[in-house]
Amino acid sequence: MHGETAAVEQVFRQEYGRLIASLVRRFGDIDIAEEAAGEALVAALEKWPESGVPPNPGGWLTITAGNRAIDRIRREKQRDAKHQAALMHQDDTPHEPTGPVEDDRLRLLFTCCHPALAPEARIALTLRLLGGLTVAEIAQAFLVSETTMAQRVTRAKKKIAAAKVPFRVPEAADVPERLGGVLTVLFLIFNEGYLATSDGDPVRADLTREAIRLTRVLRQLLPEEPEVAGLLGLLLLTEARREARVRNGQLVPLDEQDRAGWDRGLIAEGHDLVRECLAINRPGRYQMLAAINAVHTDAPNASDTDWSQVVALYDQLTRLDPSPIVALNRAVAVAELDGPQVALTLIDRLPLTGYHPWHAARADLLRRLGRTAEAKRTYDAAIAATHNSAERAYLSRKRGELLVR
Amino acid sequence: MTHYLLAVHGPAERNEFGNYGSKQEMEEAFAATGAFNEKLHTDGYWVFAGGLQPASTATVVDGREETPVMTDGPYLETKEVIGGFWVIDAPDLDVALKLAAEGSKACRGKVEVRPFEGLA
Repeated sequence: MHGETAAVEQVFRQEYGRLIASLVRRFGDIDIAEEAAGEALVAALEKWPESGVPPNPGGWLTITAGNRAIDRIRREKQRDAKHQAALMHQDDTPHEPTGPVEDDRLRLLFTCCHPALAPEARIALTLRLLGGLTVAEIAQAFLVSETTMAQRVTRAKKKIAAAKVPFRVPEAADVPERLGGVLTVLFLIFNEGYLATSDGDPVRADLTREAIRLTRVLRQLLPEEPEVAGLLGLLLLTEARREARVRNGQLVPLDEQDRAGWDRGLIAEGHDLVRECLAINRPGRYQMLAAINAVHTDAPNASDTDWSQVVALYDQLTRLDPSPIVALNRAVAVAELDGPQVALTLIDRLPLTGYHPWHAARADLLRRLGRTAEAKRTYDAAIAATHNSAERAYLSRKRGELLVR
Repeated sequence: MTHYLLAVHGPAERNEFGNYGSKQEMEEAFAATGAFNEKLHTDGYWVFAGGLQPASTATVVDGREETPVMTDGPYLETKEVIGGFWVIDAPDLDVALKLAAEGSKACRGKVEVRPFEGLA
């Protein structure tokens, strides 16, 4: 019974973004959509364990949720004229055209990433409504309390409803301007899937796939925009290594990965995208990151990596994005070129003590420099700062190897 | 359609040219704002608009108790106050934000966009 419940919940989660987006399009109201989706889940939990999961579970959930929403609106229409208006709207009006791409999720994505919303609210809403994460999971990902995150999400939803943030893909002329915010959110969702911050599954393939899927849709919409191609390339080249990245519940760093386990199809597609970006020659942050990943995935073995090329690309990236996180990643590449001492000097300057990859990178360099006692302490700091089980396991192993020597 | 308040923020202290640096600047802003108002009329967004006297002319009335209490000056003493406003009727926030950007450019002030819950 418990297994069946988990199976239903898994299907629900997979279908959540599509479900909510179609309900929002239909009823024009996020709260109605979420409530109806929740009721459809309850119905599925009752029915599916007996009748089996229907052949098209997404369709089943959409129809059930749609019926529940209409029931609810009918029940409430006597006492609330607004809901009556909503019902009228959905009965009488044909669906508004979405523009070049007919995808409810894309429409909702632009709403969730609307510039009138606070940046942290955009990410939270996208993960909640399109990624199907719970408020608790999002709260954990952003290291804030569940109450704070719930308030953030509620406030954003209220603003969308009261200020009438539209549910639509912006007109072509406005898309470039709105794009940066959407790309940021997609990248963050991918990252949350690729290295989950919470202590559940270390890798959330559903999130990485969803981020890629939405980025592909965005690319269809904006085939000429190199940053979209760049982001897609980056995500594909990263996703290609996903299977090789965790072994026995333990994170496997790039240089220890079994490269035979990399997805060659995704790598080829990613390399094509990077070449396309180079030809367009309007570099941007995501294109640079994609190019760096192209260098890594081009090397048959870790020892074949063209580190001078990687560092050169990071130099270029630093000019576009001089953030300490870019500087940290650059320093890790510098370690391969100029040695761990040079890299450690660079890293120690960075104001990233609250960022666990900073501790992990330091620990690795200290280990390579033979500064064992400091390395142990730093591994402890890195382990304490991460909730990801696979990463903790990897860091613990590295720390353990220090003890043996 | 939703009604939106486009409130123009400007310095609390005004000089002889209102919030503007010179007579010429003030006249240019007035002309641009006039043109923007025309556009709101033509495009059907216009509901109401007006410039306000300086915040120093404001009086706060607290009538919650039996005897109303009048206090001279604006509700909050700040360096920025609302200098004027438009009320527009727009289909959604994207349209309201675009108009606000045009209005802001015309009157050379920051504009806060806020939806009305309803009109009396």
